[in-house]
Amino acid sequence: MENRELTCIGCPLGCQITVMMDQGEIKEVTGNTCPRGEEYARKEVLAPTRIVTSTVRLEGGDIAAIPVKTKQDIPKSKIFDVMDELKDVVVKVPVHIGDVVLEDVAGTGVPVIATKDAE
Amino acid sequence: MKSYDIVIVGGGPAGLAAAVSAKESGIDNILILERDKVLGGILNQCIHNGFGLHTFKEELTGPEYAARFMKQVFDLGIPYKLNTMVMDISEDKVVTAMNKEDGLFQIQAKAVILAMGCRERPRGALNIPGYRPAGIYSAGTAQRLINIEECMPGKEVVILGSGDIGLIMARRMTLEGAKVKAVAELMPYSGGLKRNIVQCLDDFDIPLKLSHTVVDIKGDKRVEGITIAEVGPDRKPIPGTEEHIPCDTLLLSVGLIPENELSNKMNVEIERVTNGPAVNESLETNIEGVFACGNVLHVHDLVDYVSEEAKTAGANAAKYVKGERNEGKAGSEIALVPTDGVRYTVPKVIRPECMEDKLTVRFRVGDVYKNSYVSVYFGDERVQHKKKVVIEPGQMEQVVLSKEQLLSNPELKSITVKIEKE
Repeated sequence: MENRELTCIGCPLGCQITVMMDQGEIKEVTGNTCPRGEEYARKEVLAPTRIVTSTVRLEGGDIAAIPVKTKQDIPKSKIFDVMDELKDVVVKVPVHIGDVVLEDVAGTGVPVIATKDAE
Repeated sequence: MKSYDIVIVGGGPAGLAAAVSAKESGIDNILILERDKVLGGILNQCIHNGFGLHTFKEELTGPEYAARFMKQVFDLGIPYKLNTMVMDISEDKVVTAMNKEDGLFQIQAKAVILAMGCRERPRGALNIPGYRPAGIYSAGTAQRLINIEECMPGKEVVILGSGDIGLIMARRMTLEGAKVKAVAELMPYSGGLKRNIVQCLDDFDIPLKLSHTVVDIKGDKRVEGITIAEVGPDRKPIPGTEEHIPCDTLLLSVGLIPENELSNKMNVEIERVTNGPAVNESLETNIEGVFACGNVLHVHDLVDYVSEEAKTAGANAAKYVKGERNEGKAGSEIALVPTDGVRYTVPKVIRPECMEDKLTVRFRVGDVYKNSYVSVYFGDERVQHKKKVVIEPGQMEQVVLSKEQLLSNPELKSITVKIEKE
């Protein structure tokens, strides 16, 4: 048996949720005050994901960097792999919101897209 | 002198939304004055996501949110001047500004919308002892350096203040390879969103030290470390609790101050609690035809509410210019009185004849309240009583008043908004 402690992000209440795990399976979720809390805790324990936002270098524009994001959320464990791959990415103007700057980042199958226009 | 129906000071989220709204209300002769080289204001450097859930029902990054409003401004052909600093606005609405192309120039406005935003509280406002070494930045300055200038301000970081900007920067600096050693917060609770505590600190095992503050900064050329200490209920450091943390960078995320130098110069009445103009239901200041919206009026938690508020200001400025306003009868002003935990309300007074069918009154509380009620009183009579599981200082709250209800109480002189246990 193993306990995972989480803070729910569903609302400002921020319930402290305990998820009781046994061999990778959720046995019990306690501490939440609403069903959304349990749903959040289950996902957060079994398959947590995040959107990663960062910048990549821009050539030929007025600004040195262009902001980007993963188009969908990616596994939390891959956050730093995404950052590593973005280090070497350089884009040239023009860039538009939604343009793919990197396909399939860190083997997630998710593209990284620009979040700003630059001419 | 060139004249405009509406001059908007500031091209950030508030100024953009106000301009769009004024234009859509039938005013064509509008000018936005922006001191930066681009429109969009602070959103340009807020590259994280979480913007727009209320406005667009999707999660956008700051630049994407700004782009939506900029597109509307471009599509509507609303004129704007960049790199333009407004120096002065007179009470009769002559705007003095300067830029490289036009030099110093004056324009006459029929209405002015103040949308200058806010700036960060600096180290000087905190009385932290120690030298003045390099390596001390406000969190927003660090954000700009990293996200726009592509330049890392330091490697080992301590952050003072756990508002959302501090939390966001803890994650951002970590992602860019820095070691964020701690976030210290003077209060016993964080002013930031739970989501940011989890996704910016917990995700990266960054400790959040509540009821702690910085009591010393070491280093004379560059920051070499800082000393934090626990504070008591009086928010004074407790001797013997000092802890030294070696680091090369200290970020300050210790509050935002509405930028009201122009408002002060033109004798706009400023509220002590918000540091923003005192406004009526139309978001109009004590100077007729001068409106305010966004963070210059009061510091917001979500940009969505800035856009909503700015829309109201823009529409009301348009009404004023067109002379369509139903001027309130003398003496029919109702004061909004914040009490019992409610620190302020925006607006501060309501003229029922001038309000729309529904009026959103925004406010903040001074402490954390759990399982409490937001109540509205007309005199002694409680007219609203809404249960809230949690109310926090970091989050804006609101109550909605209806015109019908106010008009049916013609003797009403004041409305009280308060927090009640039951």
